[in-house]
Amino acid sequence: MEYEAVIGLEIHAQLLTDSKAFCSCSTRFGAQPNMNTCPICQGMPGTLPVFNRKALEFTIKMALACNCRINEFSRFARKNYYYPDLPKNYQISQYELPISEHGWVMVETESGQRKIGITRIHMEEDAGKLVHDEFKPVSYVDLNRTGVPLIEIVSEPDMRSPEEAASYLKTLHSVLVYLRICDGNMEEGSFRCDANVSLRPVGTTALGTKTELKNMNSFRNVQRGLQYEIERHTDVLRDGGRIVQETRLFDPVTGSTVSMRSKEQAHDYRYFPDPDLLPLHVPEEWVDQIRQTLPELPAEKKERFISEFGIPSYDAGVLTASRELAEYFEEVVKSFNNPKSVSNWIMTEFMRALKADEKSFSQIFVKPSQLASLLQMIEEGKISGKIAKTVFDDMWATGEDPAKIVQEKGLMQVSDTSELENIILQILKDNPNEVSKYLSGKTQVMGFFVGQAMKASKGKANPGMLNKLLAEQLSKLSQG
Amino acid sequence: MKITPEQVDYVAVLGRLHLTQEEKAKYLSQLDDILKYMDTLAEVDTENVPPMASPVELFNPLRDDVVKPSLPIEAALSNAPSIEGTSFKVPKIID
Repeated sequence: MEYEAVIGLEIHAQLLTDSKAFCSCSTRFGAQPNMNTCPICQGMPGTLPVFNRKALEFTIKMALACNCRINEFSRFARKNYYYPDLPKNYQISQYELPISEHGWVMVETESGQRKIGITRIHMEEDAGKLVHDEFKPVSYVDLNRTGVPLIEIVSEPDMRSPEEAASYLKTLHSVLVYLRICDGNMEEGSFRCDANVSLRPVGTTALGTKTELKNMNSFRNVQRGLQYEIERHTDVLRDGGRIVQETRLFDPVTGSTVSMRSKEQAHDYRYFPDPDLLPLHVPEEWVDQIRQTLPELPAEKKERFISEFGIPSYDAGVLTASRELAEYFEEVVKSFNNPKSVSNWIMTEFMRALKADEKSFSQIFVKPSQLASLLQMIEEGKISGKIAKTVFDDMWATGEDPAKIVQEKGLMQVSDTSELENIILQILKDNPNEVSKYLSGKTQVMGFFVGQAMKASKGKANPGMLNKLLAEQLSKLSQG
Repeated sequence: MKITPEQVDYVAVLGRLHLTQEEKAKYLSQLDDILKYMDTLAEVDTENVPPMASPVELFNPLRDDVVKPSLPIEAALSNAPSIEGTSFKVPKIID
């Protein structure tokens, strides 16, 4: 029997607030364990949580960006369970009446765009961090992360393949980062994803038994984990077996998933409204105000880049994948109005350097106007494209203007006819064997002459002129 | 009686409570009494009454996103039975 996969994702995104969700401790990552804690996030009796306005604003922003309906009234609930990373023994979350529901996003797939439904986006607090001792039977608890605001984004079971799931995940990741409400760092855990997957015979609509996958801390691992799980389900079902509803951990080393057998009883979180927190009221006027502050989102920006700059869809997709990159591109185009050439440079040299240095945009020395001047110099024939790459490397390292680098290093392209002719004549004189080969009809040695001339000019010869002058000299010889 | 002895055991496990037989019997009848209140409430006609988010007509006060000093680390760790460096130390838990 043929099966199709049904996939839904739950994303947890840490919000970029300065202080925690319900207390004023810092959310800064990397502090010494337990430095950022207080009686509230330590769960001391008698304390009362007070909600962070910015965390609510950020949640509403994401909800609007995902076309969700914002509930005018929402409320917090307690999710009860015992674990050493949760000092209150309950997590403040939302159950009934979340902040927002019923949204959707458009996702690029192999078969074109698909609309993926969003069930809800709600607000909750993060738990602490446990470090298990490798040798001793103890664990170390760090409560710095306890109480950091998270949003949980729950999708409808609308995805049908690991590729679609990865594409959905990338879409939401880029929206969160565009909105500047989450840093999107998957390794540090500020963007996490759990997946629910089940199989059903193609053509049927009832859902099969699902398993939940955890511990996939990269886009690629989400895809690998789902792929493995789909194959595992297929094998079990084809053998006439049954899928057990359970949570499984992805192991990135083996690429497989293993059951998280818990000694505990089946989870029973006993959600109930948190009596310490009053309901949230989000009036429509506030939602409208927040709507005004939404930036252009990646999908809209991509469409605009295609229509406004006439660049291919692929380029527009790469450039708009990051808001900073897209803004950088637009700045360069302002000073050098040849979008395709700017796009080519950014997608190759610029992104190569960015990746190699693992730099963030605020650390880049090369200003958009400087990259524009460099491209201008190529277009005007002042330097060759090849030389431009070495100039760019210098600019990248020092932040110096390209004109200055070209001048100081004497990299100006040689377009002087007599200088080029001298070089060519010398090369023809030094290589009589190649010349006679050429004259006997082996015209492919032309490449050899061009290479030698380039070398002699230290890469500065204007390639167009060089080719033309070489052809002239050689034809003189053949006639001569 | 609506609550079963099994339900009392289950709730005790969830709450990490170790109950004696006497306590179980006592809580069984107390829990039962509480549920009886609910039965009384259920008699009220709530047709056309929207669900209530909270019994008080007040909404959540919000605070500005401003960091204030956390507890000094000595105070943060002072109630812990066991620490290592500045971490709390607990028996190993692997889920």
